[in-house]
Amino acid sequence: MPTTATKPERSEIPRLSFDRVSMTFPDGTHALDDVSFDVAPGQFVSVVGPSGCGKSTLLRIASGLTRQTDGTCEVDRDSIGYVFQDPTLLPWRTVRRNIELNAELHGMPKAERAAKTEEVIRLVNLSGHEDKYPKQLSGGMKMRCSVARSLVLRPKVFLFDEPFGAVDEITRGNLNAELLRLFHSEQFAGVFITHSISEAVYLSTRVLVMSARPGRIVGDYPISFPFPRVDELRFEPAFAELCGQISADLKGGHA
Amino acid sequence: MSSETRSTSWFSKVWPPAVTFAGFIGVWYAYSGLKYDIAARRINTLPFPHEVIRDGFLPLWDSKNGLRPILGYLWPTLKVTIVGLAVSVVLGVLIAVLMNLSKSTERAIFPYAVVLQTVPILAITPLLTQLFGEEFGVRLVVVVLIAIFPVITNTLFGLQSADRLHHDLFTLNRANRVTRLLKLELPGAMPAMMTGVRIASGGAVIGAVVADFFFTRGEKGIGFYIRVKQQRAAERPEMFAGTIMASLFGIVMFLIIGFVSTRAIRNWHESASTRT
Repeated sequence: MPTTATKPERSEIPRLSFDRVSMTFPDGTHALDDVSFDVAPGQFVSVVGPSGCGKSTLLRIASGLTRQTDGTCEVDRDSIGYVFQDPTLLPWRTVRRNIELNAELHGMPKAERAAKTEEVIRLVNLSGHEDKYPKQLSGGMKMRCSVARSLVLRPKVFLFDEPFGAVDEITRGNLNAELLRLFHSEQFAGVFITHSISEAVYLSTRVLVMSARPGRIVGDYPISFPFPRVDELRFEPAFAELCGQISADLKGGHA
Repeated sequence: MSSETRSTSWFSKVWPPAVTFAGFIGVWYAYSGLKYDIAARRINTLPFPHEVIRDGFLPLWDSKNGLRPILGYLWPTLKVTIVGLAVSVVLGVLIAVLMNLSKSTERAIFPYAVVLQTVPILAITPLLTQLFGEEFGVRLVVVVLIAIFPVITNTLFGLQSADRLHHDLFTLNRANRVTRLLKLELPGAMPAMMTGVRIASGGAVIGAVVADFFFTRGEKGIGFYIRVKQQRAAERPEMFAGTIMASLFGIVMFLIIGFVSTRAIRNWHESASTRT
């Protein structure tokens, strides 16, 4: 039987921990196989892998949306931020009302909610767009709005499920820079799912490579470039070399 | 854009339906004229369009025929329609919410909602008379029987169309069933619900007019006027005037509901966006 402790004994290191987690869906799909890793505060772990290898399932298990069939996953479910693949904004709410949604659902008092929402709107550079509706926003702005919605609750664990897959390259670069800035100031424990190796290396303190289904961790790369990271890092030989290694690893995992 | 091109586009919008209308009036005149020649006493014939206007509408303030009695008879019809539509919307949304609670409640209710829609009203009028008499109550029941089904089905469709990821979002935030309904499903169902109400508004008018044909007590509506004026050839123009006013009433209801629904969702839903 899988056991899940919703609150760890002490709120210290690590904040999120997978221990020998496996997942087989009722239809027999074997999505994850024996996955173990920890994420401590101030760590940002990216997971790269081929499509359908169970990366998203990993986050759904961490957040409690899906229950693993084997192994344990320890995390404080009350302080999770979750950013979906789509911005998932409610189209009938303005930017401001969308951003305060999570806080509202958690029952945060109105005055506090309003103050925190204002603060976060400034933090993600959406000032001046508060009263717009989602359909008036660009793809990048929608995604910032989506991140902001989680940010209002100051999550200690931040899960990103391929959030920037649908935006153009330039917007993606800007969003990456903003995410780095956020990570630097908030020091959450982050897990980031992506298809882009360079995005993973640029953002993370550690990159995990997963194999095709059933997803297993086949590569583990600590990324030691210092913070704050600047755009020029992407053009350094050491960066390119690391990307190359991970890419080769990923191809091996495919076979 | 210059005012000239604008007036041209206005004209190009108006002339096609105007031509259709002129053609329709022409056919009407031709048919009335033909029948007039054949039948000496004009029994069972159509009055000419100008007769409809002259005898049906124009005695503006006569108490027996013309516009005044028509408006007088429209008032009860309007009351039954509005109250019936309101009851249909409230009850219809409640039933849809109930059906949305679980698969079993949906299965428990849906067959009967379909029966409601498919049973011919005419076939159950004697039963309705037994149950609800022949006055306001039974007219209301007829209106609701016709108008509630589109409200139920469209609202249910809207409630069930909520995005899976939105549901996940609410699950992550530990939203309970009521919060989920009020903050996710109902607002998301608004466009579909409004479509249902718009369809229902047309049905409600039909129901209110038809009810007058079968239930003869209580405040009589426009349907009664139409039926009575049909009986004598000399009063056929009044019958036509009543029919035209009932149709106009239906169109006005439809337009008002359309206007309200567009305003309710215009900020966020594509169907209500202003087209350029």
